[in-house]
Amino acid sequence: MHNRGLLLDLTLTSDPLLLCVVRAAIERLTEVSGFSPPECRSITRAVDEAVANVMRHAYGSSPDKRIDVSCKRISGMVNGIPREGLEIELLDQGVPFDQKKLTARSLDEVKPGGLGLHFIRDSMDVMEHSRENGVNRLRLVKYFSAAGKGHTAQGE
Amino acid sequence: MQIAARRLDQVTIFDITGHIDLANSPELRKVLLKELRETKTPRVILNLTGVRYIDSSGVASLVEGLKAARDQGLRFILYGLSPSAREVLQLSRLIKIFEVFDNEQQALA
Repeated sequence: MHNRGLLLDLTLTSDPLLLCVVRAAIERLTEVSGFSPPECRSITRAVDEAVANVMRHAYGSSPDKRIDVSCKRISGMVNGIPREGLEIELLDQGVPFDQKKLTARSLDEVKPGGLGLHFIRDSMDVMEHSRENGVNRLRLVKYFSAAGKGHTAQGE
Repeated sequence: MQIAARRLDQVTIFDITGHIDLANSPELRKVLLKELRETKTPRVILNLTGVRYIDSSGVASLVEGLKAARDQGLRFILYGLSPSAREVLQLSRLIKIFEVFDNEQQALA
């Protein structure tokens, strides 16, 4: 994959009241990028859940910590097939991500909680987590479907 | 998110508007549990017509409401789900455990 450029860069504090701002931005970005309405809702949901997870788990519900969200248009070869998509990267400096929690809970259980990770996995084509120099990095990618390659938000 | 209650005979309808997310789902949970555990209204109905978005914490609040209703032998009903709200309940496979109707008339029948 190579980077075709930044589309959106957001820095926010870890206050849940700002989740609606993130959703509004991602929803509009996915719309102008050319995703279908269900895909727009799905990507927006994934990013909202990911940011909420940072607020709750990485920062322990402390509302004044920094979260960075950046969105890039990407293109490259996936399994020998040229694909274009949207990459969303979340950065935080909270506690290390618990790798055990990367396994979403069984949906056969009827209980509150533990659904956010399932929503993210279901919505995105790629979900990768890493930690370097005290910074958690979550990388999410959604490719355009073969039928609709999306618009270029840069007017290309 | 805003919550308004309409109390009828043996029924309480909560008209909820806005987005339900991490910022306000604890408030929803508190209102529902109070109605179900303290007031013990036989039928509690949530009008979600004005709710455009529900996140996983909102779904968790609904599940807690449903469980409290079952514990008390009460009915807990949802109606007016937006496409986004319906998708979330379907994704979590929880839509099958709720009583879900299209409109208030059906929910009150």
